Amino acid sequence: MIEIKDLHKSYRMGSNSLHVLKGINFKVDDGELVAIMGSSGSGKSTLLNILGMLDGADSGEYTLDNVPIKNLSETKAAQYRNKFLGFIFQSFNLINYKSALENVALPLYYQKVPRKERQEKAMKYLDRVGLKPWATHLPSELSGGQKQRVAIARAMAAEPKVLLADEPTGALDSKTSYEVMDLIQKINDEGNTILVVTHEEDIAHMCKRIVHLKDGVIVEDKKIEQVRAEQYV
Amino acid sequence: MWLFDRDLWIEIFHTLGKNMFRTFLTMLGVIFAMIILVLLLGSANGMSNGFDKIFAGTASNSLFVWGQSTSEPYKGFERGRRIRYKIEDADILKRQIPEIEVLAPRIELAGHSDIVTVYRNGRTSGSAVYGDYPEIDDITKKKLVEGRFLNQTDIDHSKKVCVIGEETYKLLFEKGEKAIGQDIRINGVYFSVVGMYKPNNNINIDGENAVFIPFTTFQKAFNSGDRMGWMAIAVEPNTQVAVVERQIKDILKAKYDIHPNDERAIGSFDMSEIFNNISAFTTVLQGFSFFVGIFTLLAGVIAISNILLITVKERTQEIGVRRALGATPKIVKRQIVLEAIVLTAFAGLVGFAISVGILSIMNSMWGSGDDFPFVNPMISIPQFIISFLLMVGLSVLIGLLPANRAVKIRPIEALREE
Repeated sequence: MIEIKDLHKSYRMGSNSLHVLKGINFKVDDGELVAIMGSSGSGKSTLLNILGMLDGADSGEYTLDNVPIKNLSETKAAQYRNKFLGFIFQSFNLINYKSALENVALPLYYQKVPRKERQEKAMKYLDRVGLKPWATHLPSELSGGQKQRVAIARAMAAEPKVLLADEPTGALDSKTSYEVMDLIQKINDEGNTILVVTHEEDIAHMCKRIVHLKDGVIVEDKKIEQVRAEQYV
Repeated sequence: MWLFDRDLWIEIFHTLGKNMFRTFLTMLGVIFAMIILVLLLGSANGMSNGFDKIFAGTASNSLFVWGQSTSEPYKGFERGRRIRYKIEDADILKRQIPEIEVLAPRIELAGHSDIVTVYRNGRTSGSAVYGDYPEIDDITKKKLVEGRFLNQTDIDHSKKVCVIGEETYKLLFEKGEKAIGQDIRINGVYFSVVGMYKPNNNINIDGENAVFIPFTTFQKAFNSGDRMGWMAIAVEPNTQVAVVERQIKDILKAKYDIHPNDERAIGSFDMSEIFNNISAFTTVLQGFSFFVGIFTLLAGVIAISNILLITVKERTQEIGVRRALGATPKIVKRQIVLEAIVLTAFAGLVGFAISVGILSIMNSMWGSGDDFPFVNPMISIPQFIISFLLMVGLSVLIGLLPANRAVKIRPIEALREE
């Protein structure tokens, strides 16, 4: 599904250049649930941004679902993001003046899905994260866990190839974190490929594979025994 | 065609509607600008209408000709000779200049603008006394409050009738006394009052202290023979008054042996000049109003642009999310520009509605035009359409500014955690 070869990325900070990713080689198969771990500054967010086509790499190859991702125009990147990727953010990033349902329907709007179908589909995904009764509520009327579930529903609504979660539990207490991870696990069980960036050990161990980043290189990449989040809920 | 994409409009109205306060603040500038534009234009139009009303009773393409004294010696005559027209001149001029539509000869008692004592029941008034033809009413309309004006029968039978002005009435009659049918005495001759006029808002060259009697009666009563003092002339609508004025003067100069370069011998007054001056004045006023209004509008639209710029900054995260979710730069741009257009257009309409309301209040308060020239202040449909299109056009241009700013937002920066 995802294949990365010798990926480099550096940022220019004044006269110095900060080499963040120093040759990442990395492959994700269909249906995997991968945790990307690392302390802050290890390059994990940069990697996720490049995977999410929010940022470009300096060199190296990136293939997503057999499509080479390189030198994309803003328009093309937006279309690929819409088609291939679902984003889940630490701070949810819901549009605060849109209801839960409208938030979920937004990626479908950009896919030019007809209105009625869009509403139905959005409602279906909202139901799947257990928030159907909250469809008309604004984000400000939802709890943190509920917001993240709306965000997950939104990420899934466009039926992307890969879900990218950037610290999805970073802003949540542990109980809610486990609920969100439980949801992510269930979505993964259905065969969806998910990448989770986290620095929390317990969250990482709820994935099936942990990729450890340190100073811009992968220092460890291991499959693990998945801890089900269900038992903590 | 994306313009008819229902979802797009829902998205835009949704965004604007969910941010009512912001939307309202943004619109204020354009609302006020539109109010100013429409009020200015409407007032200018009202003024123009007011002047039109003032001149409504006077034929705009008219001129008046009278005799003065020569200022050049010519053909053995010395300078300072008084020019006195004869009644036949009226026919000569009418015959020779086909552009003359109406020619009303007039004669005054005791010379031009002079005052004659008029008697009635021991009361007197110093009034101007004119011998007139009914045609004069086609050139300077009298606003009759009672009775009628002179007519052809009065002329044909040299009737001893007269029409008096309100001032003359006040001097000769008791308050509330009926004037019609009463006799007044001028130079020992009695005339029966058949009509009375009051000051109107029009230009009134004769004043209100005046007595009008039939020209033919005047000739007999005061023994004026074939003399004629004054001519009021209306020319055909599409003819330049100045051209006819020239022709008239040339004919009269030849007839009365006046030096061709003598500019003083024949007095004349071109009414159309005043009209042209005033219509030039109102046109300039309207143009000026439009100019000021358009720039105010520009300022208003720039205010919208400014606030949109600020909101784009505020909405960085939202725009970043939209971009991450698949909004292309074009979609983002289109949305911001359309927001600008919708805001401007809606604000323009609101401002228009408010100002039309204000104009109609102004109209009901001062619109009668009695005190000063101000009648039916309203902007015309072309004026409205032009200003509206201009406004929307500006909003497109100005909406591009925040739109480009929005497009420059990179999703990665917008979504960066603080």
